[in-house]
Amino acid sequence: MGFILISLIILIGITSYFLGNLRAKNLRTSNKKNLKSLSHYYGYYVALWAVVPALLVLLMITSFKSFFIEQYVLSDFIALGSYTETELSLLFTQIENTAMGIKLFDENTILIDGAVNKLNYINKTIENLTYVTVLGFSGLLVLYSVFNINHKLNSRKIVEKFLLVLYFTCSLVAIMTTVGIIFSLLYETLRFFSQVPITDFLFGLNWSPQRVFVREAGDLDTRDLANAFGAVPLFAGTFLIALIAMCVSVPVGLLTAIYMSEYASPKVRDWAKPIIEILAGIPTVVYGFFAALTVAPLVRDIGQGAGLTVSSESALAAGFVMGIMIIPFISSLSDDVIKSVPQSLREGSYAMGATKRETIVKVLLPAALPGIVGSFLLAVSRAIGETMIVVMAAGLNAKLTANPLDAATTITTQIVVILIGDQEFDSPKTQSAFALGLTLFVVTLALNFIALQVVKKYTERYD
Amino acid sequence: MKSIKIKADNLNVHYGEKQALFDVSMYMEKKQVTALIGPSGCGKSTFIRCLNRMNDVIDICKVQGKIEIDGNDIYAPDMQVEQLRERVGMVFQKPNPFPKSIFENVAYGPKIHGIAEHKSDLEEIVVNSLKKAALFDEVKDRLSDSGTSLSGGQQQRLCIARAISVNPDIILMDEPCSALDPIATARIEELMGDLKTEYTIIIVTHSMQQAARVSSRTGFFHLGKLVEVDKTETIFSNPSDQRTQDYITGRFG
Ligand SMILES: Nc1ncnc2c1ncn2[C@@H]1O[C@H](COP(=O)(O)OP(=O)(O)OP(=O)(O)O)[C@@H](O)[C@H]1O
Ligand SMILES: [Mg+2]
Repeated sequence: MGFILISLIILIGITSYFLGNLRAKNLRTSNKKNLKSLSHYYGYYVALWAVVPALLVLLMITSFKSFFIEQYVLSDFIALGSYTETELSLLFTQIENTAMGIKLFDENTILIDGAVNKLNYINKTIENLTYVTVLGFSGLLVLYSVFNINHKLNSRKIVEKFLLVLYFTCSLVAIMTTVGIIFSLLYETLRFFSQVPITDFLFGLNWSPQRVFVREAGDLDTRDLANAFGAVPLFAGTFLIALIAMCVSVPVGLLTAIYMSEYASPKVRDWAKPIIEILAGIPTVVYGFFAALTVAPLVRDIGQGAGLTVSSESALAAGFVMGIMIIPFISSLSDDVIKSVPQSLREGSYAMGATKRETIVKVLLPAALPGIVGSFLLAVSRAIGETMIVVMAAGLNAKLTANPLDAATTITTQIVVILIGDQEFDSPKTQSAFALGLTLFVVTLALNFIALQVVKKYTERYD
Repeated sequence: MKSIKIKADNLNVHYGEKQALFDVSMYMEKKQVTALIGPSGCGKSTFIRCLNRMNDVIDICKVQGKIEIDGNDIYAPDMQVEQLRERVGMVFQKPNPFPKSIFENVAYGPKIHGIAEHKSDLEEIVVNSLKKAALFDEVKDRLSDSGTSLSGGQQQRLCIARAISVNPDIILMDEPCSALDPIATARIEELMGDLKTEYTIIIVTHSMQQAARVSSRTGFFHLGKLVEVDKTETIFSNPSDQRTQDYITGRFG
C-alpha cells in the first residue's frame, strides 16, 4: 500500500508544480504586475505544500498504527487481565500468523479466531483511512497554496527556507546517528565494566571469554569472570599486525607515490595509477584467502626452511597482506599531495643546481609532509579496523606474543568471534564486544586527533 | 669595450610544434646589468631560461643554437647542468622561498653543493648572503622562522640571498619586481646596483623605467625575435627600429 500511496503523492506533487507555475503565469499576464519570484518557484511552492505535509502525516500514521492495532486486537485478552507483556506480544504474533494462514498451534480458541477477524478488519479500515486522510490532506493544501499565490508572496524565499531546513535535518540525522552509536556503545560498555573491573580489562593478560557461562540468569561464576577479559593480548596483536602492515605499505606506498608524481611520464601514470587503486577495491575476503592459502603457507615454508617454528597461521602473513591492501591509501594520497606542491618550488630548487633526488628529498617531501602523514594515519586506522584478513590468516588465538611468526588476533577479530552465533544479550561475554568496540573507537579517535595536530603543526611551518 | 660574459648564437627554441625564439644572437657584458624588454609572450622568459638550462625541465622544449659562458658551450654534452646552475643563479617572477626556515632557505644551495666545510662556515655564508641581499637587519632575530612568513618584498630578497649564497657569476632575474609594491621595488633596484659590482645580471622587466634605471644594455624582443639590442640610452633615446620606438613610447604592448 505504501508504494502506491507514495506514488500518488508524488503524482499530485508533479501536477501541482505545473498548477502553481500556471497560476503564477496567469497572474502575471492578467494583472500586468510583477510577482516577487520567477513563476517556477511558485510551482515548487505548491508542490512542496502538496508533498511534504502529506508525507509527514503518512509517516505519523505508519509509526503509530502498529501500537494501535495491537491494542485493539488484543483488547479481549487484555480485559482478561491474566497475561503478561511477553505473553501478549507472543499472542499477537500468533494471531498475525493465523491471519496469514500459518497455523503453528491447533489450540485455536474462539478468542483467537475473533482476534483474527478483528485484525483483518482493522487493517483494512486503517488502510482506507490512510488513503483518504493523506490524499485529502494533500489536495486541500494544494488548493490552499494555489489560492495563496499573490503579488506579495515571495515563493523563492519560502522554497529556499525549506531547502535550508531540509539540509539541516539531513545533517542532524548524521550527527544524531553518530551520537546514538556512541551512547549505545557507552551504555553497554558501562554495564560490562560493572561486572568486570576496567583495570582487569585494560591490563589483564588473559583473554578467554568463552570460559564464561551464564548458568542461570543472575548466577555467574565469578571465578571465571576474574581472569577471562584481559584485553592486552588483543591490543598487542592489533598493534603487531598493524605495525607489520605499515612496514610493508609505508615504504612501498611512498616510493610509488614519488615515482608516480615525479618520474612517471603522463602515459605511464594514466594506466598505472588506476591499476594500483584497484588494490583498494578488492574485497577484503579475497585478500583473506590470498593470505590464508598462499602467503601463510609460504611464510611457514620459508620459516621452516630457515629452521624456525612457524605456526600455520601467522601475524606476519596477515600483516603482510594487509600491508599490500593499504598501499593505495598511501600511494594515491601522497602522490596527490606531492603533485600539488607548487611547480615554482621545484624550479626554485633546480635553479639552485639541485638534482632531482635532492629536490624531492629536501623540498618536495617536507612541503608535502602534512598530507603524507595524513595518508599514513588513514592507512593505520584502516589496518586497525581490518578484520577479515586477520580472521583468515592470523588465527583467533588470543596469545600474548611479539613474535610475528606466531598466531595472533586483533580487537576486531575477537568482536566477530564473540558475536557470531546465538548470544545471550546481557552476558558479560557479549558486552565485552562493546567494550572492545569502544576501545577501538577511542584509539581511532586519538589517532585522528594526533594526525590533525601533526598536520597543523607542520602546515604552520610549511605553508 | 668591457669583456663578454655570455654569448648566444642563433638561438632557436621550440615548445613542441610552436617556435618561441627565432635566431636570437646577443652578448651580455661581465658585471653589468642587461635588461630584456618586450611585450608579453615575446619569449623573454624563454630566452633567460636558456641561460641556465631551466628549459631542460620542460619535456617539450627543444633548444637549438649555441650559448657560451666564458667561452664554454653550456649545451655541450659534457656540461654538468647542476654545476652550470651553481654558477648561474636565478630569481623568479613570483617569490618562491622553500617552506623551510629563513636560515635553511639560504643554506640550501651551499649544503647541496658542499660549499661549507663546517657549521660556522655555513652560518657565515648565510649571514653574508642575507646582508648582500639587504635583508639581514630585518630578519636577524628570527632566522628560524619560516621563509614563507615574510612579506612579499622580503621573500623576494630572501630568494636573491638564496641565489647569491652559492656565489654565482651570473644572476638571472625574471621580472623580480612584478609582484612587489613601489617601495620594495626601489629596494631591489638599489640592491641590483650593489650586486653588479660582483655579478653579471640579466633582468627581464615590463617596466621601461626600471630597465632605464638599472641596466647598461637593453634588448628588445618582439614575437620571438630580438629586434634590437644596444646601450640602454640609445634604446630609449634613439632606437633604430620602428617597433622599438613604438614599444617604448607606449604605442603597443
Ligand atoms: N611551457 C611552455 N609550453 C608551451 N609553450 C610555452 C611554454 N612556455 C612558454 N611558451 C610559449 O612561448 C612563448 C614565449 O613565452 P615566454 O614565457 O618566453 O614569454 P615572455 O616574454 O616571458 O612573456 P611574459 O612577459 O608574459 O612573461 C609564448 O607564446 C608561450 O605561449
Ligand atoms: Mg615571462
